[in-house]
Amino acid sequence: MSLIATLARLEAVSTGRAQPAATVRHRHLSDRPLVFVPLITAGEAGAPLGALVGTDRDAPRLLVVPQPRDRDLRFAFLAELADVVLPYVDSFADAVEAAERSETDPETGKRIKVEVELCADAPQLIVPSRAGVDLVRLLGRSMRFRRTAEQDPEAPFPAPPRVPLLGRWLTHFGERARVPGSSLMLAMTDVLGRHWATGQSTLEDQHLGALLAWIAPPEGRSGAEAAQEAELARDADGQLVCPPAGPATDPAFDNKLLAPAIERYDRARTALAAAEDGLEADDRLGALTAAEREIRALVESRTLPTWEAVWQGLDLLRRLPEGARVEERWTRDRWSYTGHRDRVVAGEPPQPRRDDAVTAANKLAAREREQARLEAQEALDDPLMMAARRLSGEAFAGEVVDVVMAYSESKRPSPRPLVTVRTEDGPYLGERVKVYRSLGGKPQTAEFVGYEDGPEGGLLILRVMDKMGRGKEPEEGSVPEKGDRVCFTLFEHEPRGGAKLPDPEETPWTHGGPPGEEAVLEPADPVTEEDVL
Amino acid sequence: MPPPRRREKALRHRLAELRGPEIPAKALDARALAALAANPGCRRRAILDGAGVNKAALASALGSPSVFGQSQFAFVRGNAFEAKVKADGGTELLRLAHEKLDRAAEPPAGAQVPDLTAQGPQGRTARTELALREAAEASGTWTLLDHPMLALDVAGSPAFLEPDAVVVHPDGSWTVVEIKSFPMLDGAADPAKVGAAARQAAVYVLALEQVAARLDPAPRVRHRILLVCPKDFSNLPTASAVDVRRQRAVTARQLARLTRIEEIADALPEGTCFSPELPAERLTEAVESVPATYAPECLSACELAFHCRDSSRAAGAVTSLGRPVRAELGGLTTVEDVLAAARGESGDPDDPAVAALRRAAALRAEALATTAAPEVAPCP
Repeated sequence: MSLIATLARLEAVSTGRAQPAATVRHRHLSDRPLVFVPLITAGEAGAPLGALVGTDRDAPRLLVVPQPRDRDLRFAFLAELADVVLPYVDSFADAVEAAERSETDPETGKRIKVEVELCADAPQLIVPSRAGVDLVRLLGRSMRFRRTAEQDPEAPFPAPPRVPLLGRWLTHFGERARVPGSSLMLAMTDVLGRHWATGQSTLEDQHLGALLAWIAPPEGRSGAEAAQEAELARDADGQLVCPPAGPATDPAFDNKLLAPAIERYDRARTALAAAEDGLEADDRLGALTAAEREIRALVESRTLPTWEAVWQGLDLLRRLPEGARVEERWTRDRWSYTGHRDRVVAGEPPQPRRDDAVTAANKLAAREREQARLEAQEALDDPLMMAARRLSGEAFAGEVVDVVMAYSESKRPSPRPLVTVRTEDGPYLGERVKVYRSLGGKPQTAEFVGYEDGPEGGLLILRVMDKMGRGKEPEEGSVPEKGDRVCFTLFEHEPRGGAKLPDPEETPWTHGGPPGEEAVLEPADPVTEEDVL
Repeated sequence: MPPPRRREKALRHRLAELRGPEIPAKALDARALAALAANPGCRRRAILDGAGVNKAALASALGSPSVFGQSQFAFVRGNAFEAKVKADGGTELLRLAHEKLDRAAEPPAGAQVPDLTAQGPQGRTARTELALREAAEASGTWTLLDHPMLALDVAGSPAFLEPDAVVVHPDGSWTVVEIKSFPMLDGAADPAKVGAAARQAAVYVLALEQVAARLDPAPRVRHRILLVCPKDFSNLPTASAVDVRRQRAVTARQLARLTRIEEIADALPEGTCFSPELPAERLTEAVESVPATYAPECLSACELAFHCRDSSRAAGAVTSLGRPVRAELGGLTTVEDVLAAARGESGDPDDPAVAALRRAAALRAEALATTAAPEVAPCP
C-alpha cells in the first residue's frame, strides 16, 4: 500500500466515510453482466447449497439443492445452472467483427497477418467476493471431466447434458480471472476495494456488507458504525442481520435453521418412499414439497441481501467514468472469450488437470506482462495512481520553463530539443535515463540530460527523442512549449514482455521435452459409493 | 528466591486464581496455536492462553462475542473423514505413512494401537508417554497412537496438546499425523490451509521432541509430517508429506522468546480474575490491565479480537488498519497524529516520515483537484 493509499484510509477513519482510491473506473463493466451469488455446504468440497443467478436485477433465478449430499439433486442444480449460464455465454458468440492477428506461417516461418473473427462483446460474470471466484474455479474443475450418457454410455453416474460444457466455461472464467486487469469475471469486493479506501483493514474489506457500509453509509450514520453492524449485528434468533456474502454460510445459520430444515426434508423423503398407496403418497408428496419450499426460502433469505449488495456495488462503480485504457484491456478479454469459443466449437478436450510446461510458462509470462501493463495503464488513466508513482520517484510532473532547439549530430540532423522542466517531485534519474510522456495516447521518449542547478534545484533538462515527424522542424504540438504542464514517467507505457519462449517442439528436456504426439483424454474422477460429486 | 519447585507450584496456583475458582484449564487448541503464531508478542493473549482461560466465554461476557463457530455439517463431515482414515486399526493411515514417508520399511501389518484413555490431561499425557516408551522398546513394528496427549512448556506453564495421531515407525522414529477435511485437488490443496496445518503440526513436533529427550536413546522425531486429506471430490483419504522444519524453527524461536507468563502475572494488580461469571465492568478492567497488541490478523485467530479491535479503534491506533500501515508512518501511531502531521499542523518537518506524509498529502490533494475539473485529464 502506498503512503497515499494509507492516507486515504486514515482520512476515511476520521471522516467516517470511504475516500476515493481512484478517480476513474479501472475495470470494464458490461451493460448486461451475469451476477452469480452462490452458497456452499460447509465441510464438503464444492458442494453447492444454492445460488441466485441472472442478468436482471429484479428477477434473479433461485437454484437450491435441498439435500446437498444427494448426487442427483446436485446434478439437477448444475443442469439448471447450465440452463442459465450457457445461453448467456452463447449470446455473445454470434456478433463478430473482423480483426487481424499475426501468426507464424508454417511454411515460410514468417509472421503474417491473418484475418480472424473477434466477438464484438463478451460475457461478464460478477461474484460477490474472492472466495466466489475460487468456487467458480472449483465448480469448473468438478464438472469439466464429467461424462454425459451420450459421451460415455458406460459412465456409472452420467452427468446431465451440458454440465461438462458449463464446467469448461467456468474453468475458463476462473483462469481468466487470474490475469491482472481482466474483467471477464470480477469479484465485487476486489473491485470496490480497488476504487475506494475504507477506514478498516484490507482483511475486513473482504466483507461485502461492511465495505458497502463504508462507501455508502445510511443517512446520518458513520461508515464505521454501519460496517460494524453489517459485520456483527444479530437478530433475536442469533442470526446475522447481514448474512455473509458467501459462498460459506454462517455456522449459526447452518446449525439453527438449515440443519433442522434439511432433516425435515430427509424425513419427508423417506416417508414418501415408504408410502403404500397413492393417496398416502399424495399426502407425503405435499409434505416433501413443503419441506423443500422451506429450504428454498432459507437459501433465498441468505442470498438476496448479497444479490442486492452486488447490484448496489455495480451502481456505485458505474458512477465513475471509465478509464481511457480500460476498453483496450476489455478487448483482450474479448479475445480470450473468442479463443475459448473457438476451442469449444472445434471439439477440443477440456482444460487439463495440470498445464504442461509450455502452457504454464506462457500463462505465467502473460500474467507478468499484463501486470506491468496494468500498472502503467492505471497510472496513465488516473492522476491519483500517477500521484503514487510520483511519490515513489517513478514519475514527475511540472511546468516547462524553457525550450532550446537542438539537433542530432548525424548527417541529416533531426530535431532534439532540450526542454527544461521545473518539478517538486524527486524522480530517481541517472544520466541518459529514458523518460516517457503520453502524446495523443502514444508514448514520447525523452532522455534525462542533467540538472540545471544541482539536484536540489528541481530544474530538469530533458532531450526529446522521437515523435516529432520526419522533417527538420518538429511537427506542430510535438514539443512541449514554455508554460505547458507535463508529466513524464520513468516506466514504459507499453511494457514489453520477456524474451520469446521457444516453440512447443523446442521445449527443453528440463521442462518435460516436446509434447507427445496426441493428448490423451483425461479420465473423469473415479466415482465410489460414498462419493459426493 | 524460593526453590524452583515451589515457584512452579506458586505459578500454577496464581494461574488458577486468574482463571477463577473451580474453572478447569482449557487445553491449547488449534486456534490458540494459530493465535500464538499470528501474534506471539501479545501479552494479553499470552496470559489468557497460559492460564487456560476460555477466551470465547470471556469474549461473550465482555459483550464482544467471537464469531468462531463450526457448522455441524463441517463437524460431521470432518469426524466421518477422520473415523474413515483411522478405521480398522488405522490400516489405511499406516499404509499412507508407509507409502509417503518410509517406503524402505516393512509394510505395516498387525500394527499396535495402544489404548490411551486415562483420567484428565495429566493422566493422558503420562499414558501417552508410557505408550511411546513401550513402542520404542518394541522396535521393528508399526505403532499408531490415536489422539495422544502431549504437554508443551509454553512460557513457563504446561499447555496440553492433542494431535490427531502419532505414528511410530519400525526404526523407532516418530511422525505427527494431521487429518484435515479440506480437499487435495489434483495433488494440491489450499496453500493457506496447508500452511496453518503445518504450523499446528510443528507445535506437536516440538512437544514430541520434549518427550523424546526424556528417553534413552532418544528416538528421532521426523520433521516431515503426514497431512491426510480427502482426495479430489471424494472422501477417500490421500496424503502428502509436509516438511515443517521452517515452521518448527519459527515456533521454537517464538516460544523461547515469549514473555514469561510469570512476569505478566506478577505485573497484574492483586485480585485480578478472568472468570466469565464476573460482571462485565470488572472483566473489562481485568482485561484492560494487560496490554494487547491488536492487528487485523487477530480477527481470524483470536476469540478476543473484537474486544481488542474496539479498544484499538477507540484509541485511534493506526495498526487497526493493518501492520504494514504502521511501517511507513515512523513514530506516528495514532490516526489524529498522522493526519495532523500530514496537514502540517504538527510534527517535525525534518522527520523523513513527516516530510513524506506532507508530500503524499499534497500530491493526493492535487490529483483529486484535477479530477474535480469538468474534463477528466489523464495526466496533469
